[in-house]
Amino acid sequence: MIKPKTSESQLASVAMRKGSATLRFLLPVIVILCVLLLWFFISYINLFPAYALPSPVAVLKSFKEEMLAGRLVNDIIASLWRVAVGFVIAATFGIPVGLWLGQHLYAKQAFVPMLNFFRFLSPLAWIPFAILWFHIGDKPAIFLLFMATFFPLALATMSAVATIPSIYFRVAKDYNYKGIELLTKVTFPAVLPQVITALRVSYGIAWVVIVAAEMVGCQDGLGYGIWEARNGLRLDSAVCYMIVIGVLGMGIDRLLAQLTKLPNVRWGYER
Amino acid sequence: MYAGVMKDKSSVNRLVLENVSHSYGAVAVLNHLSLVVNPGEIVVLVGPSGCGKTTILNLLSGHIEPMSGSIQREGVIRTVYQHDGLFPWLTVLENISIGLRSLKDATQREKELRELLELIHLEGFEHHYPHQLSGGMKQRVELARVLAGDSDILLMDEPFSALDYQTRLRMRHELVRLLKERPRTVVFVTHDIEEAAQLADRVLVLSNRPATISHELQINAQRPRDLTDNAVIEAMTAILKELGLQTSDRNDV
Ligand SMILES: Nc1ncnc2c1ncn2[C@@H]1O[C@H](COP(=O)(O)OP(=O)(O)OP(=O)(O)O)[C@@H](O)[C@H]1O
Ligand SMILES: [Mg+2]
Repeated sequence: MIKPKTSESQLASVAMRKGSATLRFLLPVIVILCVLLLWFFISYINLFPAYALPSPVAVLKSFKEEMLAGRLVNDIIASLWRVAVGFVIAATFGIPVGLWLGQHLYAKQAFVPMLNFFRFLSPLAWIPFAILWFHIGDKPAIFLLFMATFFPLALATMSAVATIPSIYFRVAKDYNYKGIELLTKVTFPAVLPQVITALRVSYGIAWVVIVAAEMVGCQDGLGYGIWEARNGLRLDSAVCYMIVIGVLGMGIDRLLAQLTKLPNVRWGYER
Repeated sequence: MYAGVMKDKSSVNRLVLENVSHSYGAVAVLNHLSLVVNPGEIVVLVGPSGCGKTTILNLLSGHIEPMSGSIQREGVIRTVYQHDGLFPWLTVLENISIGLRSLKDATQREKELRELLELIHLEGFEHHYPHQLSGGMKQRVELARVLAGDSDILLMDEPFSALDYQTRLRMRHELVRLLKERPRTVVFVTHDIEEAAQLADRVLVLSNRPATISHELQINAQRPRDLTDNAVIEAMTAILKELGLQTSDRNDV
């Protein structure tokens, strides 16, 4: 008697949480259409002069223009490359450093204030040094991305290690896990769900920082594209770049979100 | 872990606590406790909460060192925890295979794994993760893991106490069956007097902190034992009396 009742209410609550598939698709589309309409309307009634607020049509035109000139694609590739390199370097150092700090109390006590200092120091503050040290091109941008993501990644990994239930280490001891094996087979998988979340967060930071970095330190890239549009008073082109940056950023986050679907990390998200 | 080639048969798998005392700060937990667990024996510890049962298991496993007294342990010791002892990032099969880490031969390990999986009746769940299993299934996986390979001594700290009553009854029978297939020396901690009476060769009733053995009860009946078996009821009566929980002694309390 009780069973069907609970499963029914469970179904109901699942439906509440997920909503219907059509609505889930339709609702955001409606919001986006509304924003576009508002934009149309404001530019139509000339609330602002056309050079200060380009119309959707002008943006569409400039999109076509940039595509045909090949500049947009080139800039996308340049930015993606820099983010990928900077991010991968930050992750390859940040995650192991975080694991190490998490396991050594004195190292943790010694380094955490310093790491926190750099985490709260905006990476953009490094721009003068980046350009002085690395001149113009990929290197200063990659350096800035590293500075932006290394510290949050290391700190997040470190705090994740502190939350590992002690029972896992007891079991590990019962079965003779030691040293590097303990690290790779117990500590790392135990924090992996939290590390994936940290990766997504710091990727978000990286994608924000790349635009600023490219405005000053590069001759191409999406940030540079906006900067050049401003210099040429081509805000239609700037808006076109803005849309590309937003859409690409979301897309890559969706890709990273796929990591949370890995079977051996699901446990970390189902509590 | 083995004593080596000169292994003396009588000392194999034997656990000995001699005059062991332990305290946490000002809290004296164990006071000159002596205890011998014989090879193949199932010893069940019962006693009031906080009297030091978990501490005894931690001493036996070597997880903590006693402040005084000596401990002898021979053989591979493994622990079954109350819950969440499985690695959540590993599947059932991978969790069990942790118990076979010392087995190098891959085909033999594969064979062992299948056998264990069959033993705990979890065929078809080998690729499930712990969070996809019920509490009883998880504890069965834990049992398979400690029984895998070359283990000699099992320490169990209230392994079934997080389960519902019926599952608990079933798990007791399961444990008896598994130990018939793969005999081990067992030290089992429980609050459940029925459990003690159904499983134990010897029940040790512990006193309040600092713990000493206040009563020792040998149960010779064959396993599996039903709850309603005379031997079980007699043992339960004796334990309850010792704990001051038997109704006929009500006026004493
Ligand atoms: N790590 C510790 N630090 C300080 N005191 C501790 C520690 N572990 C246990 N104790 C104390 O030692 C006493 C015995 O603890 P223990 O866990 O062995 O009891 P127990 O018999 O297993 O209790 P329960 O039946 O509730 O599990 C308790 O009073 C507890 O407060
Ligand atoms: Mg306990």
